[in-house]
Amino acid sequence: MLVLTRKLQEAIKIGEDIELTVLSIDGDQVKLGISAPKYIEIHRKEVFLSIQQENNQAASISLNTFQALKKIKNT
Amino acid sequence: MILHTKFEEIIEISEEDILHFEQGLPGFEDEKQFVLLPMEGTPFSTLQSVSTKELAFFTTNPFLFFTDYDFELVESVQKQLKIKEESDVLVQVILTIQEPLEKSTGNLQAPVVLNVKENLAKQVILTDNKYRTRHELLETSIVGQEG
Repeated sequence: MLVLTRKLQEAIKIGEDIELTVLSIDGDQVKLGISAPKYIEIHRKEVFLSIQQENNQAASISLNTFQALKKIKNT
Repeated sequence: MILHTKFEEIIEISEEDILHFEQGLPGFEDEKQFVLLPMEGTPFSTLQSVSTKELAFFTTNPFLFFTDYDFELVESVQKQLKIKEESDVLVQVILTIQEPLEKSTGNLQAPVVLNVKENLAKQVILTDNKYRTRHELLETSIVGQEG
């Protein structure tokens, strides 16, 4: 991993199009500004991980469940 | 073509039934092709992987259960999915099945958005904090209607 030290208001550039700026530091909270092209998806990592985890759990379904669901009539 | 499914063994599908998830789904990045198979007589469908027989999700139309569900599709996703009109769009949410069944939840934070005209689909991660990965399906909607 590349490690860079930055001060308040300093930035780093990733490739041509992406720029990260340290906007504020307050104790253990760092506020980052990110400018990137619209097609780049930016998510908090824990949100992405929770979706992954939920998908994994959602995929573990049994034939029994399938049959139980089939019995439920349209609402 | 012939498709091996997790629950109904072998079914016949055609090329036009295949939904293309360009980036796969979070946790299943290599799975790029699925079919959406409605479970007849129920509000549910299975989202079956084309390449992996054992991989399937249950999904539903979220608007049936969560009547005030609403989100805006960011421009980049509209472009990716080549969405031109609202009528091209179908939304499903992935269900996590729990025991008892009525405790099952829908992932409203990451709906599956489909462009039915182009057969393009994506599990979109919503960036506002309104929705979570687990919303209980309303008890009244699915209980006591067996048979």
